[in-house]
Amino acid sequence: MDLAGIVAYMPFFLGLVGIYAIMTLGLNVQWGMTGQFNIGIAGFFAVGAYTTAILTTGPADGWLGGFNLPFLVGLAGAVLVCLPVAWVVGRITANLRTDYLAIATIGIAEIIRLFVLNEGWLTHGTRGIPGIAKPLGMGTLNYTLVILAFVALIYVMVEVARRSPWGRVLRAIRDSEPATAAAGKDIARFRLQAFVVGSCIMALGGGLYAHFVGFISPEAFRPLYGTFLVWVMLIAGGSGNNLGALLGALVVWIIWSSTELLAGLVPVALIGSESAFRIFLIGVLLQIILVTRPQGMLPERRPPMPGEKRP
Amino acid sequence: MIELIHLLINGIVLGSILALGAVGATMIFGVLRFAHFAHGDFMAVGAYFALTVVTVFNLPVLAALPVAMLGMAGLAVGIDQLIYRRIRRVQPVILLISSFATALILRSAIQMIWGGSNQVYEVGIQLPWRIGPIAIKPDHVLIVAAAAILVLLVHGFLTRTRMGKAMRAMSDNMDLALITGIPAERVIMWTWAIGGALAAAAGVLLGMDTRLHPTMGWTLLLPIFAATILGGIGRPYGAILGGLVIGCAMELSTLVLPGTYKPAVAFAIMILTLIVRPQGIIKGSV
Repeated sequence: MDLAGIVAYMPFFLGLVGIYAIMTLGLNVQWGMTGQFNIGIAGFFAVGAYTTAILTTGPADGWLGGFNLPFLVGLAGAVLVCLPVAWVVGRITANLRTDYLAIATIGIAEIIRLFVLNEGWLTHGTRGIPGIAKPLGMGTLNYTLVILAFVALIYVMVEVARRSPWGRVLRAIRDSEPATAAAGKDIARFRLQAFVVGSCIMALGGGLYAHFVGFISPEAFRPLYGTFLVWVMLIAGGSGNNLGALLGALVVWIIWSSTELLAGLVPVALIGSESAFRIFLIGVLLQIILVTRPQGMLPERRPPMPGEKRP
Repeated sequence: MIELIHLLINGIVLGSILALGAVGATMIFGVLRFAHFAHGDFMAVGAYFALTVVTVFNLPVLAALPVAMLGMAGLAVGIDQLIYRRIRRVQPVILLISSFATALILRSAIQMIWGGSNQVYEVGIQLPWRIGPIAIKPDHVLIVAAAAILVLLVHGFLTRTRMGKAMRAMSDNMDLALITGIPAERVIMWTWAIGGALAAAAGVLLGMDTRLHPTMGWTLLLPIFAATILGGIGRPYGAILGGLVIGCAMELSTLVLPGTYKPAVAFAIMILTLIVRPQGIIKGSV
């Protein structure tokens, strides 16, 4: 690729990084701060994307739609629809141990995907929803700036939340549930709040994604893209650290994109399928990170103990 | 009525396959305390091992079964030694994420080695046996019989051998088991070997029943976990029962729901179990 090609590719690249960064920030609220193991990210992502698509597209042929509502209303709708879904899921799973929560969330994501696939009257099934326009007739470049503005906004919100007393309780729950309960905190309530907040951020990412790519179908919400990459990003970046989440999204997306180049260099006869080879590489990358540096590139900075000097 | 019986037969076949997967998953859960997300893909790899044996040596599927089981047992121990062993001390959750990565690696490896399209062990249609108005496929009988024999072997192993008893002890009470001098590392290796072998068997039987595809195991992972939780985590006998219940429930649900929602049925049962009786039918150890 020559220089001009790279420059032309930049907005598209950064737009996707931004969407993934939003999802990684959402996951950081759940996993990094509260220790909730959600591997159903793709489900909430899909809820957001489909809600936005249904609310903002023009006349629909064969699925629910034709509301033609403005961009921001669509995004608000994504969050508002995700709210009860996440609340119910969070309510059911609030007291589950990590392993159970993991199994439960992946099941919910799968059910949401099956629902999208089967209920064609609502979602157009496998054929997906086309023609989701960018707001105000923007091009990719301008819309990417909108996405990055949302990244900044959510980053500030999540960072403020992390430093607030609320965020401290979440981290206390993560580090020691009995101690937090002993301090008189209602653990189930805080957990539920963190779960809902994180999931709604993911739904917002889904809404932005729908406008960005213009066409959504159940294919896009397979666990690989929706869930796995986000996890790799957070772990690689440093769970618990919001800046790490952003850095992780950027670096992992660069690596993920370059595996495409790498896969192009290896003869297809040797690897069978290019996409399988890329997934293989990213899986190996995650294993290497987990074995060698599980705390990530930017580890969470813990507050100093009383009397201890900040390094 | 006839339809109901046919669905029940399908349910028992699916249930036997789920039971084999769930026994391995529950043993790994009991001894290592984490949900092994690559278990479904262990099944798929086992199925493809058997496919290679069947096509290269032109053997019947059931003859390839032990080879696939041995191969997968070795691979499972290898993966544990290479990856899981290094992160076992950190946090169970890191293991869980790592197993998720293992699942993806195995699935894409299958796609790279064997291709992504549907494959079958034997081409052709089997004539069903007829008992009155009921039709039974010979393969279904073979699947249930093979699963039953394997379950009996596991039962013998768990109750008659020192290693089997050590495994149950570790699953029951880790600290107590370790104080009494049980060689933890060896028990863990055996757990992986047996879990892997059973998963491979489940995969081969699933391949006999339907077809081989890189995602064949992943789609069954949720029902397997449902069976594990329903039976009580760490309880092999509960897992067998759970597998049969989930299998039958999934097949019978097609009477009222579209067939594509089958995994959702398994999941609904699991959620109900978690709410009503989180310890499972047989009280779980974790």
